[in-house]
Amino acid sequence: MTFTGWLTIFAFVVVLTALAIPLGSYMAAVYTGGRTFMDPLLRVPERFLYRVMRVDPTVEQDWKAYAKSLIVFSLAGWLLLYFILRTQNLWSFTGLNPMGFHSAPWNVTFNTTSSFVTNTNWQYYGGETTMSYFSQMAGLTVQNFVSAAVGIAVAVALIRGIASRSGHSIGNFWQDVARTVLWVLLPISFVSALVLVFQGSIQNFSHYLSLTTITHLPQQIAMGPVASQEAIKMLGTNGGGFFNANSAHPFENPTGFTNLYEMLLVLAIPAALVFAYGRMVGNRRQGHAIYATMMVMFLGAVIVCYVAEAHGSPAQHAAGLHTAVVSGSSGGNMEGKEQRFGIAGSELFDVVTTVTSCGAVNSAIESFTGIGGAVPLANLSASEVIFGGVGTGLYSILLYVLLAVFIGGLMVGRTPEYIGKKIEAREIKLVSLGILITPLAALFATALATASSAARASIDTAITGGGPQGFSETLYAYLSEANNNGSAFAGYTGYAGTFGNGAGSHGFTFTDLLGGFTMVFARFAPILFALAVAGSLAGKRISPPGLGTMRTDNGTFVVLLIGVIVLVGALTFFPALLLGPIVQGLTGHLYG
Amino acid sequence: MRKDIVNAGLGMLVLTLLCGILYPLLVTGVSQVAFPGNANGQQVFVHRKLVGSKLIGQSFTERNGKPDPRYFQTRPSGTSPADNAAGSAFADYGPNSVVTERALVANIRAYIALNGRYYPGGLTAARVPVDAADTSASGIDPDVSVRNADIQAYRIAAVRHLSRSTVDRLISRFTGRRGLGFSGEPGVNVLELNLALDRIS
Repeated sequence: MTFTGWLTIFAFVVVLTALAIPLGSYMAAVYTGGRTFMDPLLRVPERFLYRVMRVDPTVEQDWKAYAKSLIVFSLAGWLLLYFILRTQNLWSFTGLNPMGFHSAPWNVTFNTTSSFVTNTNWQYYGGETTMSYFSQMAGLTVQNFVSAAVGIAVAVALIRGIASRSGHSIGNFWQDVARTVLWVLLPISFVSALVLVFQGSIQNFSHYLSLTTITHLPQQIAMGPVASQEAIKMLGTNGGGFFNANSAHPFENPTGFTNLYEMLLVLAIPAALVFAYGRMVGNRRQGHAIYATMMVMFLGAVIVCYVAEAHGSPAQHAAGLHTAVVSGSSGGNMEGKEQRFGIAGSELFDVVTTVTSCGAVNSAIESFTGIGGAVPLANLSASEVIFGGVGTGLYSILLYVLLAVFIGGLMVGRTPEYIGKKIEAREIKLVSLGILITPLAALFATALATASSAARASIDTAITGGGPQGFSETLYAYLSEANNNGSAFAGYTGYAGTFGNGAGSHGFTFTDLLGGFTMVFARFAPILFALAVAGSLAGKRISPPGLGTMRTDNGTFVVLLIGVIVLVGALTFFPALLLGPIVQGLTGHLYG
Repeated sequence: MRKDIVNAGLGMLVLTLLCGILYPLLVTGVSQVAFPGNANGQQVFVHRKLVGSKLIGQSFTERNGKPDPRYFQTRPSGTSPADNAAGSAFADYGPNSVVTERALVANIRAYIALNGRYYPGGLTAARVPVDAADTSASGIDPDVSVRNADIQAYRIAAVRHLSRSTVDRLISRFTGRRGLGFSGEPGVNVLELNLALDRIS
């Protein structure tokens, strides 16, 4: 551990909070019809969008109408993306397929499509070896925007449900999507893409470079419109890399500065939405309580991961390496990490992208130490409520807030209330289902993959030596897909390993399909429950707080909320975590 | 329902046009005008011949696959073949695996075989910097740690008959800074360093 490492973490938290507060006010204005400085520029394109889509944005939707629009819209996105990816070579006439790539097999495309539509961005393909520029832009980048907008729309709808004083309306889905894309995602992405190019990311449509090095070796260098996709990939907490090595690739993440910048992009919207929430419900302290909850859990994860990675791995020590910091070397577990990020920049990036549903990686999580690797697994076990994905994080933690209010109400023996609204049996049923569905999907898929001969072989591949690592890979894969995260213990292939070579598509039908269905189910089922809760709360009267009302904006509630999140995550996943990463973290034994 | 289908279909098409075509084209246009060097990958030319990109790591090996002692060597790579910039990949070595240990031992031996006899007092595994034994993430890491470059400098100075201070000057010239002074680690750009060496000897 180094001083600059801790400074990086400290500076990141300070800058993030300083950015999130104004962005939160801005977003609150965007979703409540307030004025913003972008209005003069965007009113015209907004009206144009509605005209083309034949949408009347003034129509108020109840939760069922809102949900119906959302599902139909996502389905349309799924079909269009599947079509674009399956017909990849037909689009070569655009000149955006200079390497002449053909489509991946149908099962890989099914997985990829489900993955990008659900904001997961799990990748069973290597970007630079299989995807044309056209597919990356018109297919994947579009879903990076759209799936992010859908997540944010659900969060905004739930906030309206909590805040509304009468009626059953939770807003207009089409308006929420259009305004999210125009006011939030596009402007920030555009500026960020240019910042990335300024720092060294590439942005072109060239043929891959072919050259001979000074020692007379051939080298081919992949090109492409990288920066434009990288910006929204981080901002929309999507995480699907343009290249196979994702944000570890120097063209995606060229410097220590871009590493910091990309991490800020990931957490900007999830953090800002919490502040926007406080404003929209008319009590900013409610937002602060949630922010404090998230930040405490986030910092806990960061500290554990940093200490573990700086210590080094059993394999390194067995090989005779010294992993202490020495002059000119960061020491620690540098296996699968890039020199320009070092230990702190790699593990902070890992925590940032696994507490959210981003799933971008700038280092190989597979190569993290046992405890270091347990941190992203634990983050996923908490169901992406520590900031979480754009929108998804806020609506998921609000479900936990309602659960905590209910449990707190039981303890003090009063009808639970949240911001003046009574929480009754119907809401608690919906909340419980909404909370439990993601962990259940993850465990069910992991169990199925572990028990079936089709996927079990990957546990015993040569690279993992058949130890707990193989189980960690499998558990991580389905936790990641169920939480719509998308990062991986990348040795997991669902079958025998393709060790040391990510070239080409390496999905296998069983894991492609299981993963694809898991992602879709675990994305849309909780969304429906969250919208149902929004609809259920929307009609309720707000009663003024009395003497016996449990406060939800103070430190006690933060502790209660953390307790509930940890309890649900720990009880559900602790046994599974013990079998994989924790065993490895507690032993110096080498398997194989 | 019917209305939703129309809205959704048209919505996806217009958003594809906006976010999938117009946005990347606009970013490309501005980048190519404002930062053409970066946007095209910081290509490096020697005698008008393209020899690499500043951001992409390369192997500096002879035809037989052995490291060329006249050049600084980049970090171990998990791609196949090594430093494949058209197929980046993690090595995915687990933390508690015998396979990992064997790979590390092989990397350490190779590093000592290359540099040991030039290093004053001899090299042992404990003195090998972690970045010289551990594979990089992308497989095409362009940088090595300052410590790694410092150890290799003894070999370079001896093989090329240069003074240590000349080599040190070059190393510090191609050592990148931390982002904003604190984010990340300083790295020595191996391609730029090797090209500079070729220019002076």
